[in-house]
Amino acid sequence: MTADSQWLTFLALMLPFAAAALAPFLTKLLRHNAAWVLAIAPALMFLHFSGFLDPVSEGRALAGGYAWIPSLDVDFSWYLDGLSVTFALLITGIGTLIVLYSGGYLNGHEHQGRFFSFILMFMGSMLGLVVADSFLTLFVFWELTSITSFLLIGFDHSRSGSRRAALQALIVTGMGGLSLLAGLLVIWGATGASSLSALLATGDALREAPLYLAALLLILGGAFTKSAQFPFHFWLPNAMEAPTPVSAYLHSATMVKAGVYLVMRLNPVLGETVAWETILPVFGGTTLIVGTFLAVRQTDLKLMLAYTTVASLGLLVMLTGFGSHKAVEAAALYLVAHSLFKGALFMVAGLVDHETGTRDVTRLGGLRSAMPVTFAAAVLAACSMGGLPLFFGFLAKEEIYAALGFASGWSAALTLVAIVGNGLMFAIGFAVALKPFLGAPVETPKHAHEGPVLLWLGPLVLGGLGLIAALISTVSHRLISSPMSSAIAGEPVTVTISTVPHIGMPLALSLVTVGFGVAAFRMLGRLRGVMASVLNAIGWGPDKGFDQALAATTKLSFGVTRIIQSGRLDYYMTATFIALAAALLIPMIAFGEFPAAPAFPAMPFYEWIVLLIGVIGVGAVIYARDRLTAIVSLGIQGFAVALLFMLLGAPDLSFTQFMVETLSVVILALVMTRLRLSPTDHRPTSEKIGDVLVAGTCGAALGLMLLRVTQVPFNAELSEFFAANSRVIAHGRNIVNVIIVDFRGMDTLGEIAVVMITGLAILALVRIRSAKPAKAGQES
Amino acid sequence: MEVALSVFVGIFFAVAIYLMLSKHIIRILLGVSIFGNAVNLTIFTVGRVVREVPPIIPEALQTPDTITANPLPQALILTAIVISFSFFAFLLVLAFRTYQELGTDDTDGMRVAEPEGEPLPPLGY
Repeated sequence: MTADSQWLTFLALMLPFAAAALAPFLTKLLRHNAAWVLAIAPALMFLHFSGFLDPVSEGRALAGGYAWIPSLDVDFSWYLDGLSVTFALLITGIGTLIVLYSGGYLNGHEHQGRFFSFILMFMGSMLGLVVADSFLTLFVFWELTSITSFLLIGFDHSRSGSRRAALQALIVTGMGGLSLLAGLLVIWGATGASSLSALLATGDALREAPLYLAALLLILGGAFTKSAQFPFHFWLPNAMEAPTPVSAYLHSATMVKAGVYLVMRLNPVLGETVAWETILPVFGGTTLIVGTFLAVRQTDLKLMLAYTTVASLGLLVMLTGFGSHKAVEAAALYLVAHSLFKGALFMVAGLVDHETGTRDVTRLGGLRSAMPVTFAAAVLAACSMGGLPLFFGFLAKEEIYAALGFASGWSAALTLVAIVGNGLMFAIGFAVALKPFLGAPVETPKHAHEGPVLLWLGPLVLGGLGLIAALISTVSHRLISSPMSSAIAGEPVTVTISTVPHIGMPLALSLVTVGFGVAAFRMLGRLRGVMASVLNAIGWGPDKGFDQALAATTKLSFGVTRIIQSGRLDYYMTATFIALAAALLIPMIAFGEFPAAPAFPAMPFYEWIVLLIGVIGVGAVIYARDRLTAIVSLGIQGFAVALLFMLLGAPDLSFTQFMVETLSVVILALVMTRLRLSPTDHRPTSEKIGDVLVAGTCGAALGLMLLRVTQVPFNAELSEFFAANSRVIAHGRNIVNVIIVDFRGMDTLGEIAVVMITGLAILALVRIRSAKPAKAGQES
Repeated sequence: MEVALSVFVGIFFAVAIYLMLSKHIIRILLGVSIFGNAVNLTIFTVGRVVREVPPIIPEALQTPDTITANPLPQALILTAIVISFSFFAFLLVLAFRTYQELGTDDTDGMRVAEPEGEPLPPLGY
């Protein structure tokens, strides 16, 4: 990659974010027509990335990027091969149409500018995700898609359903993100590769690593939550609370495909093992069946589509995990086909909703003459979804059946799963595309008529592409399908399937599927009733479980907080002092650091007397029966300490202590005579015993610590410095005073500031009265 | 001397903590005051004890000619005494005003910030 195109690619990756920043202002100026201007950004990116089609179709992969944190081997880098280019084109191409569609759909919405901003940011994140090379770039963009999708799903933030859906999506995909991060780190540790391109070059290293299974499960934890695999599927249908452009974009081609992308990307290094080829088809197949069964039950157009999206994602995961080149080709074809037809159908559903005021399929009918363009787009998309010949979906379905076959019991079972899933999806696709348009016209909340060009352009283009891409299948295979399949398989693969039906097993299975689909379509009403009663009988689902888990978390944290923060000062104090005693005693015991047994101190008798006075003072404070005794006893211990200072060569301390103790006693006496309080203890004896124990242990621990400290040699370096320099440098004879006003003058300034602030605080406390001073008077 | 002081300091700490564990603000305050003295004595003892010779340089000399008391802990304690006094005064006034506003000196009765029987936070979205 040349420096020029490297710079351009970086610009293309940043362009959506720049457009997002501009969007609110543009929308203020141009209102909904800002869509035409904003759509230029994704269109330019589409053009840029389509420039890579040629080199990629020749089997080359293009890497580029910039060093981010070189010392940690972390880069901002991208890697473009068949898989990422296909995804980039889907994201930017459908993105262009979605921006236009949003212009029409949210026309007149007061926050349309914000919406444009969110959707462009999401586009940038998604694009970054699929082209990312270094693990960290991948993870950052992965998390960005979670965050921006949270903003999009919760766009209508005044409704609690919308807030719940947004939070649910964020929590489920966010936890998956953590799992992904852990998985990437395990891979990094196991192989030493910090980027996808380096990892893909390691061959079998990861498969043979002892941590292979851990890495696999963690990575799948990320992929399955993002791609809504059973049992994490529940957030996707709930996300239909978002405005329809979001559903059409996030839930057809982008967000939910991120997990599938990850699985496909890592297939060459993680795949071809028993675990891979068991876990993926089992979860994918289950998701396919659960998704279609749940879809049958719905009557809301968007929800029907949402559950079939879950099903399609399951099918993709199942195919990727099947482990043959044919299956990989089928997955690639189906992924492209699904992005096109599902995007179109979501937009059709939104269009019908927008123009009629309802999207309940049982309350719609006969719209074909009022909305002919929409009808055409819907039929085109449904034909592709149903896998009818001449459409891209047909190619995908032929390839699926060719890949699965009946070679063993295992593949026969998967074929059966695929037939049931595809048949039901056929029925639902046509239910969405035909039921609102055929039959007798039904009265709708709004008078139906064709939507503006901004609204029908997107679905028509996507629906048409499903046909065109199949008609020119040699070109689309050369540019898209083959390079993409090669990237997933990890070695060159050529897709050859053409639109011309050829007699064989796949065609027969396709016919069976269509037959089953048509039957299901005709009986859809009855199936819906059966599914509803089955689901009611089960009652519980992961969606409900999410609510319960969240409520349980809140209750748990509330309970824990109530224990830890009881709101009682004596609890906090007890906990603090127990911790203090433990911090002092445990190291002493653990490291045998107890002080040596000391000799009995030889001291003059007057020192003994002063110590005794101090002990009597503190003892009297405890036993004082009235406040005067308590205050006087407090004074006694303070004066004893002052005397000690005097005897031990600290006259300055002694003076200060005398002053401060005198002041304390005076202030205490002033305040306590105003409070009608007794200083005596009201604790029950049992509490007293506990408190004595805690206090005694703490006191003993501190005393032991002090004894131990005085038994080690003393480092007098600092004291000697002050003694030697006090007169020489600072010209003062009283060393203590020199330290205070000169050597540590700044400390003293700080101390004075503390005293001043305390004074101000006391003044404020005394002056400020509560807002209801006359309360007692009013009540009486 | 250090040995006797260590025991003395231990007793002071024990009494101070016992008072601070009480539920009554006045007793907690008395405890805080004693705690301050105990901490100061700890700093003093850690700097080792020399009897009766203050760290003052004689008029005729540039440096002290005998072993004097350690000046560094004294300077630290001087600062500490003043700050603990401001702290004590502030706590005292705070306790006084609390008693005036709430009508109690029992810390169990002071539950304005953390009221008893607080309801569960909302469980919805």
